[in-house]
Amino acid sequence: MTKYTDQGKQDTRSGFGAGMTELGRTNPNVVTLCADLVGSLKIETFIKENPERFFQVGIAEANMMGIAAGLTIGGKIPFASTFANFATGRVYDQVRQSIAYSDKNVKICASHAGLTLGEDGATHQILEDIGLMKMLPGMTVINPCDFNQTKAATLAIADHHGPVYLRFGRPKVANFTPVDQKFEIGKALMLNEGTDVTLLATGHLVWQSLIAAESLENQGISVEVINIHTIKPLDEEAIIKSVKKTGCVVTAEEHNFLGGLGESVARVLATRHPAPQEFVAVQDSFGESGTPDQLMEKYGLDNKAIEAAVLRVLKRK
Amino acid sequence: MPNNQDLQDLVIQVRRDILRMVHKVNSGHPGGSLGCTEFFVALYNEIMDLKDGFDMDGKGEDVFFLSNGHISPVFYSVLARKGYFPIEELNTFRLINSRLQGHPTTHEGLPGVRIASGSLGQGMSVAIGAALAKKLNGDDHLIFSLHGDGELQEGQNWEAIMFAAGNKVDNLIATVDRNGQQIDGATEEVLPLGDVAEKFRVFGWDVLEIENGNDLEQVIAGLNEAKKRTGNGKPVCIVMTTVMGNGVDFMMHTHAWHGKAPNDEQLEIALSQNPETLGDY
Repeated sequence: MTKYTDQGKQDTRSGFGAGMTELGRTNPNVVTLCADLVGSLKIETFIKENPERFFQVGIAEANMMGIAAGLTIGGKIPFASTFANFATGRVYDQVRQSIAYSDKNVKICASHAGLTLGEDGATHQILEDIGLMKMLPGMTVINPCDFNQTKAATLAIADHHGPVYLRFGRPKVANFTPVDQKFEIGKALMLNEGTDVTLLATGHLVWQSLIAAESLENQGISVEVINIHTIKPLDEEAIIKSVKKTGCVVTAEEHNFLGGLGESVARVLATRHPAPQEFVAVQDSFGESGTPDQLMEKYGLDNKAIEAAVLRVLKRK
Repeated sequence: MPNNQDLQDLVIQVRRDILRMVHKVNSGHPGGSLGCTEFFVALYNEIMDLKDGFDMDGKGEDVFFLSNGHISPVFYSVLARKGYFPIEELNTFRLINSRLQGHPTTHEGLPGVRIASGSLGQGMSVAIGAALAKKLNGDDHLIFSLHGDGELQEGQNWEAIMFAAGNKVDNLIATVDRNGQQIDGATEEVLPLGDVAEKFRVFGWDVLEIENGNDLEQVIAGLNEAKKRTGNGKPVCIVMTTVMGNGVDFMMHTHAWHGKAPNDEQLEIALSQNPETLGDY
């Protein structure tokens, strides 16, 4: 199995912050907005170096999305940043009408996605955001897996014209993808070739999938692990190619099983290449307070849950 | 610069366009459109500094945003008669495959429209964003916006009003159409707005009022005065009192024509009160 090394645990939101720092230095059209969460979004360096290109909107996310839409008129590339819950569910209609329907080049940058913000509990966690955003016509949805990839994605979306939802998180997790990688929107990344089962993972669950795959390999099961960092547009060809080879699939995501990556994959399989599928995802519930590790275990999102899902799907082949 | 008779003729013709557009498809919003006809005619033909042609960025020219998108008939008519798209296209209002959607959108590429609006309360934020972009670009042109008074019941407006004052967005002129009506009745009965001008003042805006927003000279004078007040550290608000349905006697002073089209007979009466000036489309 291909070996991946953790270069040292870091939070993906800091990858976003590092990307913003670089964009501040290289792209004069990039502007940043934040709704009273500068420290949480790790954009202090961008603000310090480009104070005229930062807009603090206060605790007013609806206004932030509208201002971001307006800033594109005149050629700016706004990165509107807050927690994932407040960047999606709270302002869905503003994102829908002023950004998506109006074809505005706004980057919605959402930290603290999923369960792993931990102790604040379900009011601040969101497990519905991928679904909300992927349903908007024209919206690109990206959920990178680690610090390096989040930084690369942040740089890449500045060069992509159109609305983007970039989802990342709070906890420090393994940083195992290459430094200064090139991020290609919509291009799935093969992490480990295998023959028995296809494991499609996104975000924090990519690393958990690699741990699960290694354990399964020791049991004689060959797992193909693919990083689906872009949920929309989905790399359908990579998925079909892999499932044609393996004959079954497990999807893994820190999201409700309704509306997430798993359902997008199920649609592709149902219409093009039907195959057994198991979902590693939250079972249509809200989250709760707890440490990230406790929550991932309780809600069935860790490497053990992935391993169990692989064993289940293999029996259905 | 057109003289006032030309503008008055245009006002009459735009009223006819509005009435004929909504009549043809038996839908749309004539009341608020008629109430703001003088404002749109003045803005596009007397007040704003506009380039020839249309591009989305609007650099080097004044830019307008319509927040209360349901008064699209007056917006479309004035844009068409300003030359943004063929006047005949008004014939396609609200029809399938048309660029003239029920509420304005950029999605179909209609020149003159820079944001979708219709879901209320979002336009002021967008106008502020565009005003900030103008400042970043060193472009000293202005941003104009129009808002319904009932629309101010949407909370996002007050986020935006607070932001614009706090951040000295002084290249923005936001006009509130104070016609006192909304779908369910008078604004002061549905959810009282109280003293709109005073509310903006308290939030830190420079406010002026146009007492009769259906008097072309008053509208032009008010908008010119507002332009003078820009660049002084405060966003500028115009509270403009209008009569919904203005120019058609049976449509005035009621909310009944907010979102209702005239029938054949009513159209004939309404048009007879506004005889053709520049030619129907």
